[in-house]
Amino acid sequence: MKVVKPALPSPDKRWKIVDAKMRRFGYQGHALIETLHAVQQSFGYLDEEALRFVVKALHVPPSRVYGVATFYNFFTLKPQGVHTCVVCLGTACYVKGAERVLAAIERAAGIKSGETTPDNQLSLLTVRCIGACAIAPAVVYDGNVSGKQTAEQAVEKLKGYLHNAA
Amino acid sequence: MLLEELIGIAEKQREVRKQICVRCCMSAGCMSSQSAEVKTALEKAVAERQMGDLIEVRRVGCMGLCGPGPLVSVEPNSLLYEHVTPENAGSIIDALTSAGPIKAERCDPQHPFFTRQTLVVRANGGRIDPERIEDYIEAGGYRALHHVLTEMQPPQAIEAIIKSGLRGRGGAGYPTGLKWATVAKSVGKQKFVVCNGDEGDPGAFMDRSVLESDPHSVIEGMAIAGYAIGADQGFIYVRAEYPLAISRLQVAIRQAKQHGLIGSAIFESTFNFNVDIRIGAGAFVCGEETALMASIEGKRGQPRPRPPFPAESGLWGFPTLINNVETFANIAPIINRGPEWYAGFGTEKSKGTKVFALTGKIQNTGLIEVPMGITIREIVEELGGGAPEGAKLKAVQTGGPSGGCIPAEHFDASIDYESLTQLGSIMGSGGMVVMDDQTNMVEVARFYMQFCMEESCGKCVPCRAGTVQMYHLLAKIAARQATMKDLELLEELCDLVKNTSLCGLGQTAPNPVLSTLRYFRNEYLELLQPAG
Amino acid sequence: MAVKTLTIDGKHVGAEESETILEAATDAGINIPTLCHLDGLTNVAACRLCLVEVAGTKKLLPSCVTKVAEGMEVKTDTERLRKYRLMILELLFAERNHVCSVCVSNGHCELQSRAHQLGMMHVRFQYLYPNALVDASHERFVVDHNRCILCTRCVRVCDEIEGAHTWDVMGRGTASRVITDLNQPWGTSESCTSCGKCVHVCPTGALFEKGRSVAEMAKRREFLPYLAMMREGAR
Ligand SMILES: Cc1cc2nc3c(=O)[nH]c(=O)nc-3n(C[C@H](O)[C@H](O)[C@H](O)COP(=O)(O)O)c2cc1C
Ligand code: SF4
Ligand code: SF4
Ligand code: SF4
Repeated sequence: MKVVKPALPSPDKRWKIVDAKMRRFGYQGHALIETLHAVQQSFGYLDEEALRFVVKALHVPPSRVYGVATFYNFFTLKPQGVHTCVVCLGTACYVKGAERVLAAIERAAGIKSGETTPDNQLSLLTVRCIGACAIAPAVVYDGNVSGKQTAEQAVEKLKGYLHNAA
Repeated sequence: MLLEELIGIAEKQREVRKQICVRCCMSAGCMSSQSAEVKTALEKAVAERQMGDLIEVRRVGCMGLCGPGPLVSVEPNSLLYEHVTPENAGSIIDALTSAGPIKAERCDPQHPFFTRQTLVVRANGGRIDPERIEDYIEAGGYRALHHVLTEMQPPQAIEAIIKSGLRGRGGAGYPTGLKWATVAKSVGKQKFVVCNGDEGDPGAFMDRSVLESDPHSVIEGMAIAGYAIGADQGFIYVRAEYPLAISRLQVAIRQAKQHGLIGSAIFESTFNFNVDIRIGAGAFVCGEETALMASIEGKRGQPRPRPPFPAESGLWGFPTLINNVETFANIAPIINRGPEWYAGFGTEKSKGTKVFALTGKIQNTGLIEVPMGITIREIVEELGGGAPEGAKLKAVQTGGPSGGCIPAEHFDASIDYESLTQLGSIMGSGGMVVMDDQTNMVEVARFYMQFCMEESCGKCVPCRAGTVQMYHLLAKIAARQATMKDLELLEELCDLVKNTSLCGLGQTAPNPVLSTLRYFRNEYLELLQPAG
Repeated sequence: MAVKTLTIDGKHVGAEESETILEAATDAGINIPTLCHLDGLTNVAACRLCLVEVAGTKKLLPSCVTKVAEGMEVKTDTERLRKYRLMILELLFAERNHVCSVCVSNGHCELQSRAHQLGMMHVRFQYLYPNALVDASHERFVVDHNRCILCTRCVRVCDEIEGAHTWDVMGRGTASRVITDLNQPWGTSESCTSCGKCVHVCPTGALFEKGRSVAEMAKRREFLPYLAMMREGAR
């Protein structure tokens, strides 16, 4: 069967990055996870338009694409806030009180883990272990790891985020 | 690339080396406490004082003692500084010329934390720049690959690994040489070498550190394995949570390709070998080998029944060798220094050294590499420096969600695969979380069960539905709402899930419960309500 | 084809070496309970009901994927196995909302009949009462997630036999759900050919034809081994 390459969903340059990734894999189905990584890195999340494009480009059944996208914690189908705060809930962090840090952040931000503030400024997430156990408890603010966090420090840091927004 | 060129690179390195080398740790742990800024400050200080001819500032990988980072070391003076800040970094340079007082905190490199270690896998950690292949070559890198390609037939290479007694460092401890021999015997049009860098066990970061500090050692080990089993393609599966490890690997692969150390006709032999990275996406179960392969194939990371084992039918149905990061990092040293040397470390059945991530309620947190057979007490009290002030140690957790808690009264047990299993825990990948008497063991069991419940892939019934029920029972016990009947049901469930689950995740998920029940049963009983 | 001889529950049985323990047992008239297995579909060894004891190994082996071997001694009905099977059924009943008395498949349901067969009297586990939906958007069929046991027969038949791959599983762990296409209403699926195969292989009342009321949904499965065989022959 001749492979028909679907048109990019829009002239947005970011699609070119996604397309380049798929091309590197010869548009084969096993590129699915790498492609979803590329989409999420470019757009921040996986929306339906993107998933449908991936379905057509890689010739993978839609239910499989959706199944993969929802199997892995790293992928998100919803847009994230301007800032992200990821609390590590690995064992070392847990032993050193990460749950208290998380609870304090949840209280301060008024959202639960996995949610985004209504003003779209902050997404709060948790992660299994980022391997920063020696400096537990660890929190990742906008991609930067901070170690030995106390509840107060974390809340202080987030105030900056929520404040900047205003 | 020829051997002469390799030696040439190493010699040139030695020539351009400065008299004094100031090493600044640029691993994820120290970088989170501003070590990049510290390095810039160090470089600035050298430039300002016009000492660039004498002093070199080098980015290095992990030195092990991650707790009090950022760490800076100075050679040849054997000085070590901890908690270095961009502000006091300059004083380290001043001190070298006695131009000023040191404001940075000294750290004793003669502390047992360092002297009690035996460095094989971590020998280059904290010494070489992980982003410069020249540094690795200077440290003797790629000599083992050359030796194997030019002096050994594949069966001899396998024989060497068998003789070394090396067992898989990914958890199960399967003899590495035997695994290689099995894959070598399998027939297939194509074969693959896969490196398992998923390291999902919370509380473990040995593999992250190896990948960040010495990526070439893993690539070299994989290439040797490829030659031994007849594979020409390797994949390194790294979890997405380790962006620095991924980027260092990308750099390393590119450099190795440029130098002809991977690619085609390596060292002008007929051996070709390529390495590609695949990035995980946040699923603990993808550390399980069949799930990992499904994930590389772009599918949901769900395990499948074995047999067939990957050695017969792995990636896309082809024979596949899958080993852990640390396992591969042991290969080049074994070839270089001989299997007898390696087998000289450790115990009768567990040879060599093992890297552990020492964390939790302990003075010195970080990475240690110790010979097998060392006792838990030596690790905790000597290397780890014991409990933080005022605390009393209660247990050490090894093996993460698949392992168990070893109570203080068993701290004299030796660290080897068999003893740990006997104690109801496992060696696992090397996470070692120290817990003090403030730690509530029912809560710990609940913590791990929540982990397993959320990480269960959902394929088989006992694990998918059983972990949820075990979690509910543990929560009920913790909330003082359970009776003896609930505890009995919990124990029945542990038995079921352990014996009927499809893959290792489910089969080991009850371990944290079983081990805490074995050693701390009272803590459970105290929470029970009289039958109503 | 080499023939292997083995004993199953003490009975001497001969089987071709390519056969599984389950196949050999079925041929010998020995019943091993299953749920995810269905003749004509690939085996996934997921429900764990068909585990058996084999002399010489402490591990229980899934009979649907374990090949017979010379001299193998298999036990399919020990006390330990019965206990585990019962618990697995209990776990399934507690996982979703199975209310047999109002189910279209009442009397024709494999989950229900396994429970009868194994003598399940009550469920000791906490019912999870998930908030599961019913999707009746397809013109002929309905999927009721309250009764799904995630056996993935629908996924496999649609992919392996019909070739549509409309179904797959989303999420993981106990939050897993079978989905059609991009988790959209079945009626809007572009890949579904409305062949009805998934409905007929579904062991419970999770998939059924519209217009059936309580206890009316008997299922037809004879087509499957036949189709699978024809497919093999055509290769
Ligand atoms: C649930 C589960 C998670 C695992 N996670 C890892 C892991 O993160 N890293 C790893 O090397 N092995 C892991 N393993 C073990 C692998 O399946 C496999 O045995 C190992 O990679 C083989 O390498 P080795 O022989 O060098 O140890 C895991 C196993 C299970 C069952
Ligand atoms: S034991 Fe758990 S993780 Fe493993 S296959 Fe079964 S459900 Fe999946
Ligand atoms: S009706 Fe046929 S095509 Fe549609 S989902 Fe079911 S099996 Fe697939
Ligand atoms: S809908 Fe039916 S066939 Fe499909 S997974 Fe659920 S129970 Fe099995």
